Amino acid sequence: MSTYWNKEMECAKLHEMKALQSCRLSQTVRRVYEKVPFYRDKMITAGVTPDDIRSIEDLHKLPFVVKQDLRDTYPYGMFAVPMDDVVELHASSGTTGKQIVVGYTQHDLDVWAECTARALTAAGADKSDFMHVSYGYGLFTGGFGLHYGAEKIGMTTIPVSVGNTQRQVNIIKDFGSTVICCTPSYALFIAETMHELGITKDQIKLKAGLFGAEPWTEEMRKDIEDKLGLKAYDIYGLTEVIGPGVAFECEEQTGMHINEDHFIVETIDPDTGEVLPEGEQGELVFTCITKEAFPLIRYRTRDIGVLSRKECSCGRTLVKMLKPRGRSDDMLIIRGVNVFPSQIESVLLSMGNTSPYYQIIVGRENNTDTFEIKVEMTPDMFSDTVKSLEEKEHAIKAAVESTLGIGAKITLVEPKSLPRFEGKAVKVIDNRKLHD
Amino acid sequence: MLVKQISIFVENKPGRLCSVTKLLKENDIDIRALSIADTKDFGILRIIVNKPELASNVLKNAGCTISVTNVIAIGIDDKPGGLAEAMECLYAANISVEYMYAFISKSENEAYVIMRVENNDKAIEALKEHNYTILSDKDIYEM
Repeated sequence: MSTYWNKEMECAKLHEMKALQSCRLSQTVRRVYEKVPFYRDKMITAGVTPDDIRSIEDLHKLPFVVKQDLRDTYPYGMFAVPMDDVVELHASSGTTGKQIVVGYTQHDLDVWAECTARALTAAGADKSDFMHVSYGYGLFTGGFGLHYGAEKIGMTTIPVSVGNTQRQVNIIKDFGSTVICCTPSYALFIAETMHELGITKDQIKLKAGLFGAEPWTEEMRKDIEDKLGLKAYDIYGLTEVIGPGVAFECEEQTGMHINEDHFIVETIDPDTGEVLPEGEQGELVFTCITKEAFPLIRYRTRDIGVLSRKECSCGRTLVKMLKPRGRSDDMLIIRGVNVFPSQIESVLLSMGNTSPYYQIIVGRENNTDTFEIKVEMTPDMFSDTVKSLEEKEHAIKAAVESTLGIGAKITLVEPKSLPRFEGKAVKVIDNRKLHD
Repeated sequence: MLVKQISIFVENKPGRLCSVTKLLKENDIDIRALSIADTKDFGILRIIVNKPELASNVLKNAGCTISVTNVIAIGIDDKPGGLAEAMECLYAANISVEYMYAFISKSENEAYVIMRVENNDKAIEALKEHNYTILSDKDIYEM
């Protein structure tokens, strides 16, 4: 049977939830209008005042916020409380430009812990469990977010952070970790390392895992569940909104329940900005209605997803989002198939000894798309025989094909030979000239 | 009995072999034997050098992907059929050769062959039974 962390909110009736959201939305909008010049200016330009926002039906009147806005106001321009009230800062990695900074008041940290506590409870965790946190601790939100939720529940929390995988395996075994959280690709890497150390899944006590921060497939889920002997749950969140815990999976594993009492979700057409009806695939847009320090209003995530209010067997009434298919700003269409570079990264990481540095080269010959993936060689992959390297290439090719549904030519290249921009590779070169 | 061979991953692009061999030159490393396996996109340069540890450090530090493998070096009679006999001996012992390459010696009667086989111990045993000279690393480095 399902247990809930906060049954009142997680199983609220739709009209009650909407009433709560409306109330919190109008308060939040009034507050940011008064405290944050950025919002005031944007609303004035759009011809909206806080009085126009009385319920969630009025949400569409408000202008969107995009990532560039957060960069333009770096570091504290979007904060809605005095810095004295901010007790913690986190930051995004800044892969594609200036990093962004987010702040939390004590109340915000409590909200965050509440959200991740719900996710952990939905995964079957309670205070008798040992929580192995393999997300990175630091400016990245993963480690602390799950840590706070685990502590709130009263779990025995083990803040391992990332890296030193052999040690992680020993800790899982010796400390008796029962619940783990990390990225799905790292979960597979832990499984591989266990295998190399000759430790079987019967020797460990893991029963549930919460995996997020990157897109993953059902195949990866099966693989992780088989290899680690646990049930794998998806968890969603982004630094700008709060971190992990915006949405979480229940035992049904058919989408993630969004914590609607804290975040209002919309799906929009990424090209026109038009709000789409529930059930249509579109870009996810979030509005924070309980956060004090960094309450984003209509933040465009660039993540693509679908919302569903279909009755869930777990009893939760919170709307479900289907797994983000990837990000709208870097999707490629190759031979008619949607390809997200992050899918390729997941495939490479899931193979254990490959490098996550890759480059996609798309071209067009005789009216057909060509699709090549350059993958950097690692010392672990390399061997003195051509046969074994060709086997590696074929294994990557097969894994890519099974994930994407289309074949790619795999080319192994020298380490550090792919161009990097602030530490990450320039991932896509599209040489197709379709509009000349 | 075994000789250390360094394999280096080289992408097929102009200048790669030049930069690798230049690194060896700058560190006063002498190449005793070499072969290159090539595919459409990349090659594997395999070398036997007089200072294998120094060479692997230098190459690694320069960012090359390398692997060090133990291979067998044998001396065979430098006459028609010399290699055929050695191969027959391995075939009889049911040993597959992954690859091999020859190199020139200063001796007039003997030629040398580097072999990568699937089972070094078994191969050495078979070769010894037939009285082949198996070269030690020292023999090669000091050649």
